[in-house]
Amino acid sequence: MKKVQFKSNYSQYFFLAPQLLILLIFLYWPIIQTFKDAFTMQDAFGFGSQFAGFDNFLFIFSDPSYFTAFKFTIIYSFVITVITGSIGLLLAVQANKVMHGKSAYKTLLIWPYAIAPAVVGVMANYFFSERYGLLHHLFNNLWGFNWYENVFDAYIYVIIAGSWKQISANFIFFLAGLQAIQKTVIEASIIDCKSNIRRFWTITFPLLMPTTFFLIIINITYAFFDTFGIIDTTTIGAPGSETKTLVYKAYIDGFKGLDLGSAGAQSIMMMIIVLVITIFQFRYIEGKIHYN
Amino acid sequence: MVYQRINSNRKIKMSFLELQNITKIYPNGTKAVNETSLNIDNGEFVVFVGPSGCGKSTLLRMIAGLEDITNGEISLDGNVINNIDPSERDVAMVFQNYALYPHMSVFNNMAYGLKNRGISKEEINNKVNDVAKLLEIDQLLTRKPSMLSGGQRQRVAMGRAIVRNPKIFLFDEPLSNLDAKLRNQMRLEIKRLQRQMGVTSIFVTHDQTEAMTLGDRIVVINNGVVEQVGTPKEIYSKPNTKFVAEFIGSPQMNLFNCKIENGIAHIADMRINLNNSANIDDASLGIRPDDILISDNGQHTCVANLVEYLGSDMIIYSKIGDQEFSCKLSSKINLNAGDTFKFDISNTLVHLFDNTNGSRV
Repeated sequence: MKKVQFKSNYSQYFFLAPQLLILLIFLYWPIIQTFKDAFTMQDAFGFGSQFAGFDNFLFIFSDPSYFTAFKFTIIYSFVITVITGSIGLLLAVQANKVMHGKSAYKTLLIWPYAIAPAVVGVMANYFFSERYGLLHHLFNNLWGFNWYENVFDAYIYVIIAGSWKQISANFIFFLAGLQAIQKTVIEASIIDCKSNIRRFWTITFPLLMPTTFFLIIINITYAFFDTFGIIDTTTIGAPGSETKTLVYKAYIDGFKGLDLGSAGAQSIMMMIIVLVITIFQFRYIEGKIHYN
Repeated sequence: MVYQRINSNRKIKMSFLELQNITKIYPNGTKAVNETSLNIDNGEFVVFVGPSGCGKSTLLRMIAGLEDITNGEISLDGNVINNIDPSERDVAMVFQNYALYPHMSVFNNMAYGLKNRGISKEEINNKVNDVAKLLEIDQLLTRKPSMLSGGQRQRVAMGRAIVRNPKIFLFDEPLSNLDAKLRNQMRLEIKRLQRQMGVTSIFVTHDQTEAMTLGDRIVVINNGVVEQVGTPKEIYSKPNTKFVAEFIGSPQMNLFNCKIENGIAHIADMRINLNNSANIDDASLGIRPDDILISDNGQHTCVANLVEYLGSDMIIYSKIGDQEFSCKLSSKINLNAGDTFKFDISNTLVHLFDNTNGSRV
């Protein structure tokens, strides 16, 4: 085959330009801006700024509400990971057993995945509305549910809102994982072990480990970053700042509080968290939990 | 040694495994196995052979309990096992792709079934180590299956079956993933182990060499129906049906469509006296390629259209009328494509089938 030769040295840049422009404008420039913001102090009207060193970082570390958000984000991502993972796995195992109408179940269980978080939040809003919310009513009858004032109740609200859609994502991956397990391995275990439950924990679950770890990472990242729309359409961080995720707090501080320096510093902290998760993923998961 | 312990607690009893009118119909209506009955004796090595999709694996899987039985009854050692859980049937299965547990070491793969039966750690250790020594895999016990070669995996799969000390071994085409050399080696080893342990075994294969060499008895299955049950010798020398005649033997048996009048077969202008008084309009006369006797004063003459040289033997392809046939003979005979040759067909070596139902006459 003949290689195409370009006479001009610039044509390759021309073809790369659209992609590079997108990266520059939407990725690199904001990153640079974030670093600039994080290390400067700005007045609220944007008239002037001055270099502030690590003052913004020292400020967020001395701010109790930052730690509240940090604590909430950790709890939130942990609970969401556990809930969505276990329910997704349960549904996948059950759907995998079904003989008739398998694809109907599958389709129905996958649907919520296609819904935008903000829309999920709005729907959760209905369920938890004080006046006509079904779940609000149910929980209120059970223990006097009041998410405006009770932190625990507010947690329940955002956790249910945040989990629902993500269960579908877990379901899809677990189902794919289950179907990737060799049928004969399961059959061999049927001959070797009578108890369904024992067989699940000794054969099926260990063989799903790669999927499980992948989903843990996916769920954590989801709870950290993609729940912005859900928080913004449900509790808006109430009561007080108890249900603000780190992302939501950075947004509120930066765009509502107009403290761009603090928001920048918070963003860089998040960048570090992502970095740690990614390193963890590459080091310990990509390499180690594959059997073949 | 382990096999002696296995032998000691078995009483010799006839009809160890009994299949009675077994039928399998899949939910989509496919009839995989049709009214199959079979008796297998204790300690016997039985091979199910047939083309792919003939129902031989389904039959095996029904014995294992991995497949529901639509109709009929299976009993093992005097007990009906139709509704007994696969883990409690006292059977062990070796799968085509080995089906080892990829996340467990070789030791744990072999110990898994024992652990689930609540056997003490010490006993498990002893059993696994004994069997590992028997199969020469005692150096591999700590490895994961992904670190083993195909032959080693095969041994582990066998070991996993042997430690269970089952009443019956079920082999589902266990050699078909191995290369030719290893396959022959493992085949001999399976045969040796089975003899040593004396455990009743059923071996499913589509390979007639495996069937002939391994089986005490062969069950030839086609379209979900047993065509013939017999020793390898019986199956080869006296095939009951046209299907068996064609399926067993390599190169394939020659089958000439012909008309039989008063015991004389008419194949084109060739006449063969069968020395009986049969009259069949539509018959098949079968003769194995190595039963065609070539000699200079033979009765019939043909032209060798093609000669295949196989080392010690050669195969000659020729035609009688418009029907092709082959003969196998020593390659020491000097015969080239295009040459004519003379041969005899002895009426003691032919097989006669009625084409209307395919059965032997």
